[in-house]
Amino acid sequence: MTDLTSLTIAEARAGLASKSFTASELTDAHLAAIEAARVLNAYVLETPDRAREMARAADEKIAKGEGGPLAGIPLGIKDLFATRDIRTTACSKILGNFIPPYESTVTTQLWRDGAVLLGKLNNDEFAMGSSNETSCFGPVTNPWRRDGSNTTLVPGGSSGGSASAVAAQLCMGATATDTGGSIRQPAAFTATVGIKPTYGRCSRWGIVAFASSLDQAGPIARSVRDAAILMRSMAGHDPKDTTSVDIAVPDYEASIGKSVKGMKIGIPKEYRLDGMPAEIEKLWSEGADWLKAAGAELVEVSLPHTKYALPAYYIVAPAEASSNLARYDGVRYGLREGAKNIIEMYEDTRAEGFGAEVRRRVLIGTYVLSAGYYDAYYLRAQKVRTLIKKDFEDCFAKGVNAILTPATPSAAFGIGEKGADPVEMYLNDIFTVTVNMAGLPGIAVPAGKDSQGLPLGLQLIGRAFDEETLFSLGDVIEQAAGRFTPAKWW
Amino acid sequence: MSVDATTVRRIAHLARIAVSDAEVPHLQGELNAILAFVEQLSEVNVEGVEPMTSVMPMEMKKRPDVVNDGEIAEIVVRNAPDTAEHFFVVPKVIE
Repeated sequence: MTDLTSLTIAEARAGLASKSFTASELTDAHLAAIEAARVLNAYVLETPDRAREMARAADEKIAKGEGGPLAGIPLGIKDLFATRDIRTTACSKILGNFIPPYESTVTTQLWRDGAVLLGKLNNDEFAMGSSNETSCFGPVTNPWRRDGSNTTLVPGGSSGGSASAVAAQLCMGATATDTGGSIRQPAAFTATVGIKPTYGRCSRWGIVAFASSLDQAGPIARSVRDAAILMRSMAGHDPKDTTSVDIAVPDYEASIGKSVKGMKIGIPKEYRLDGMPAEIEKLWSEGADWLKAAGAELVEVSLPHTKYALPAYYIVAPAEASSNLARYDGVRYGLREGAKNIIEMYEDTRAEGFGAEVRRRVLIGTYVLSAGYYDAYYLRAQKVRTLIKKDFEDCFAKGVNAILTPATPSAAFGIGEKGADPVEMYLNDIFTVTVNMAGLPGIAVPAGKDSQGLPLGLQLIGRAFDEETLFSLGDVIEQAAGRFTPAKWW
Repeated sequence: MSVDATTVRRIAHLARIAVSDAEVPHLQGELNAILAFVEQLSEVNVEGVEPMTSVMPMEMKKRPDVVNDGEIAEIVVRNAPDTAEHFFVVPKVIE
């Protein structure tokens, strides 16, 4: 039954409907695959009992003809989503053995539609990282390796566990979150599809907060269609999140296979970086050719403030993080250290509980918000953010339907290769972070491999709340490029 | 702008994160690397530009100000490191 893990969600849905196999069989196949792949460290908590129970319930519903859109589909959940009665840590020591008494809205909707929880997936601590190396559970391994090499590569981050598990067929799809590229960059590093929807499309309620004005949930899957299927269940208005938007959720799957003829696709000249690898350049023009062949019109566009997105992000995101993470004080949940007096308790708890990257960002955030520096840093960054968003608005006002860019400036790198200089790691998000700053939707789709056999992805950026166009265009790229599966070595 | 060792200690205290003397030089270097990186924002002309307050323009929904949850003290304190009779217990704050 091991073949069951290689199906797409769409294929599994058809197989379940035609009674070719049961949801219980599908879940068991995945639980076995997870057990055999522990070396990847993709899961930080396996929930086999819960999975089997949910699969049985799905089988009963399917038998009665009451199965929902995701009935019996086994998923992995990033450990940033609160799951009721199941340990949720954000992969930080400071949350310790936190057992949420509530369920995030996004996962509530997935269970409502019949999905099965396989377990919780590894991520960078509080989603702060681009390589999944900052997790308190240790790094995740990318199932992809360079041709003829045993070097252990990162899966990207922060949703590294999600990307690794989906690529290695340890779940059919996964939830992820994206604050500066944390869905799209790991998707590109593992040849999976990841979409960050428009800010406000998914409820943030019950997701551990990092930078509230940038955080969005989205799926990682093995095909554009699967991402569309998951997106429909994850999206939707939630009264518990005042930033979630009250507009109807379309049937995203209906966008797959839709003609892109006559669409105007922008190629932003500012994304052509000095020293960009020739392979990325080639992939980008190939992607443009595929869209052109499908009837789209390619136009050069300018997003003049692109280079300021990353520095502005490294003010806005740490500032919001320093405020959000103030709640970890050793009083109401999680770790507590040093009980001599209350200030010492706060300081020791946070020193012991936060990892190096989180500490760094909380300190930067505290500094840029502190008296005397607020205007020079935070206020200026928020003004730059207005300019970044305006760049996109000007571009879309000229009739551009979507923008095509590389997803990342390189393929996956080795564990421990980057990180001595924090800024070097931050540069990974150079193509993705603009999208968060502007609140727009962005999808990463696998598009080819580099000379060492590692996957590379392309990114499409859309108009606000027009994820449908991204699914249509993403499908064109997937049809042309094909899908990529890592050779199993684990 | 760059930070000196005294500023690093002051920020760490504001952020309520204990920092040992041995950690200060290292942190100082890292923070200054990040501050040097964001320094390029000073070349952007932001004259007359409104700071962003909401990335997607929308009206915030209001709801009636009514109690719709509660009586779950047991659940609220369940994850706390130290509790007594539904209270969070902390080191003495007032002498």
